[in-house]
Amino acid sequence: MRAFAPMSAGADVLFRRKDLLGLRFLSEGEILHILDVAEQFRELNLRAVKKVPTLRGKSVVHLFLEPSTRTRTSFDIAAKRMSADTFSISGGASSATKGETLMDTARNLAAMHPDIIVVRHKRAGGAKALAEALPDTSIINAGDGACEHPTQGLLDLLTIRRALGGFRNRTVTIIGDITHSRVARSNIHGLRAVGANVRVCGPPTLIPAGLEELGVEVHHNLEQAMRGADVLMALRIQKERIPRGGHFFPTTREYSRLYGINRDKLAAWGRKDVVIMHPGPINRGIELEPEVADGEWSVILDQVENGVAVRMACLYLVLGGERAAAREGRG
Amino acid sequence: MSVRPTILHGGRVIDPDSGFDGISDLLIGSDGRIAELGVNLAAQTDAKWRRIDVTGKWVLPGLVDIHTHLREPGFEYKETVETGSRSAVAGGFTTIACMANTKPVNDTGAVTRFIVDRAKQCGLARILPIGALSRGLQGQELAEISDMLDEGAVAISDDGQPVMDAHLMRRGLEYSTIFGVPVSVHEEDSCLSHRGCMNESATSTRLGLSGIPNAAEDVMVARDIVLAEMTGGHLHVAHISTAGAVRMVREAQARGIKVSTEVTPHHFTLTDDACVDYDTHTKMAPPLRRGPDVEACIEGLKDGTICCIATDHAPHPAQDKDVEFELAANGIVGLETAWGLTMRLVEAGHIDLMTAVRLLTTGPSECWNLETGTLRAGRPGDLCVIDPNATQTVVPGDLWSKSHNTPFKGWELPTRIDRTIFGGRTVFVWDGVRGRIGEDAARFRAR
Repeated sequence: MRAFAPMSAGADVLFRRKDLLGLRFLSEGEILHILDVAEQFRELNLRAVKKVPTLRGKSVVHLFLEPSTRTRTSFDIAAKRMSADTFSISGGASSATKGETLMDTARNLAAMHPDIIVVRHKRAGGAKALAEALPDTSIINAGDGACEHPTQGLLDLLTIRRALGGFRNRTVTIIGDITHSRVARSNIHGLRAVGANVRVCGPPTLIPAGLEELGVEVHHNLEQAMRGADVLMALRIQKERIPRGGHFFPTTREYSRLYGINRDKLAAWGRKDVVIMHPGPINRGIELEPEVADGEWSVILDQVENGVAVRMACLYLVLGGERAAAREGRG
Repeated sequence: MSVRPTILHGGRVIDPDSGFDGISDLLIGSDGRIAELGVNLAAQTDAKWRRIDVTGKWVLPGLVDIHTHLREPGFEYKETVETGSRSAVAGGFTTIACMANTKPVNDTGAVTRFIVDRAKQCGLARILPIGALSRGLQGQELAEISDMLDEGAVAISDDGQPVMDAHLMRRGLEYSTIFGVPVSVHEEDSCLSHRGCMNESATSTRLGLSGIPNAAEDVMVARDIVLAEMTGGHLHVAHISTAGAVRMVREAQARGIKVSTEVTPHHFTLTDDACVDYDTHTKMAPPLRRGPDVEACIEGLKDGTICCIATDHAPHPAQDKDVEFELAANGIVGLETAWGLTMRLVEAGHIDLMTAVRLLTTGPSECWNLETGTLRAGRPGDLCVIDPNATQTVVPGDLWSKSHNTPFKGWELPTRIDRTIFGGRTVFVWDGVRGRIGEDAARFRAR
């Protein structure tokens, strides 16, 4: 296999972080650079032979302390395509169920010297705590509570850039439960960093306090939020994440009436070339009418496809791929 | 029990009770009580007397804290009466009231008596138990309040738990009027705080943590002011934290309702910006609030709406704090940083020194009708001596509390506790390192 060293690794080493914890920490330059590297991995994913030796000899632990199917599979495929050895630990099988604390689990894993831990944790700040406790291991946040899901944000940005060609003067409307959504937060931080306009839309019961301070427009009326928007990103109503007794909306039927996207609303209020996104899994008939989710507007499967490329880029970059390539003098 | 009579000479004596602030000598008699305050009292003393030179230092009444958690019985791995007493005297406190959320709960005279007995064995400070308002802190039936008061409780409170049942609160306030004791209340509508773990604001939104709105405190303060007016009971709002609550207490006081309140040093020092790194030492109930709330608390201290500073000393060891933010225990230790953090208000020009001393002595004592917190002749010889020219750097591992959960690690605080005297005996003295406690302090002679 030919060595795969994306980018002109030389003078410009644009990503120097040990960890990827959240898009709120990243500059526009860093974000665009990750997207550029991901574009190259995207091409690799279209080849007949999709495996490169870039991460040969590196070990990646997938520590998923909260259920996940697509994110974990996406990370696993990404790591394996780069020839890393992968190890998977999930919530049910981990010692967390025996009462071990997150930090003890982390210290024990670190003692085995993995190169990267990809972590999903149901508490906000989980990934950051690991990164601080483990100075010699790269941490990639695969979702921490309602705080961030940076690789989802990045794959959404890559999908938007491919669909629209850029971010400036473009408007992305995020619709649904913002309060409990790490996807919304990572998208807001990322999209604001690269200069897009961001609107959020949902019932006031699902818009968290002080959201305007993140530089977004807040709407409660779907028509106003849809008019002129280039992208409509519907979020999943996460019944499992919404605490009982939250009184956020009366029924999913009423939620769908007010904030669900269907063909009629698209025809009346949407741009003709509007792009529909959804991080999945979709509650068909609640956030999106099936015809909308599967229709010509939808780039939902592109998001999934781009996810693998983005995660390959992130694995490569946090391990200092560029720094290593620069040291070896490859140009 | 008699003690060696003691004269503190040459110090600047500050007594908010009488308003005195000047260079003066102070005599503590062999009964352990304050005998006299005046100039050149040395002439009255002889070789029997212990002489302590406090020239260049400040002499205050021993500090008074009406809100601590000593954790014994039941949670001795967090704190005990002994370690909590050590922490108190190292922080200049000689009178502390301890909340009822122990295990078993302090909801009967027997538990109250146990705490009083433990405190007597330690002999370091005056420990005043606070009895539970409701049995088991369950918020359903009144506890045996008279029984606990007979054994030495000084107030009643379900602190740590809100009293969600307004009817129970009404009855508790009514019943308290038999005895004329304050009812200290943790004002939080748990429906409104709805699993929140920090203040609700743009900061909680950024961190992805669920928030507790100011309204969770405000609606309960409003409710309880109405009930205090109706019943004539003494409502004491514990650890006030919002601008709205301060405003409502001020208005209620102006209308003659018997409402008092306290604020903690952390609530007049920190905002919820301190939570940005998920530092669990910034997690408490009520949560750290926004700038305008901090300003309102300081304004309340200035205009007297808030009559005292109380620590809400809440010890938790690492295993309860070194976890995810949402899972971490609420609260921080406070006894050993309260004086220094209060002095920061003086340094910043918010309050004068006399007011600062009042807020930690006469303020709480008058509010809860305690006999200490004053230098009046005949009162207990409890004193706190301050070195105004030194500073205190907060080193968690050096704290005397059994737990070290403080967000003020590394802070340099103005002035330093030089000596604490309880009933005429030195129970803490600064030795240039970490200080000495108890017999070790009484024997210590500075070179």
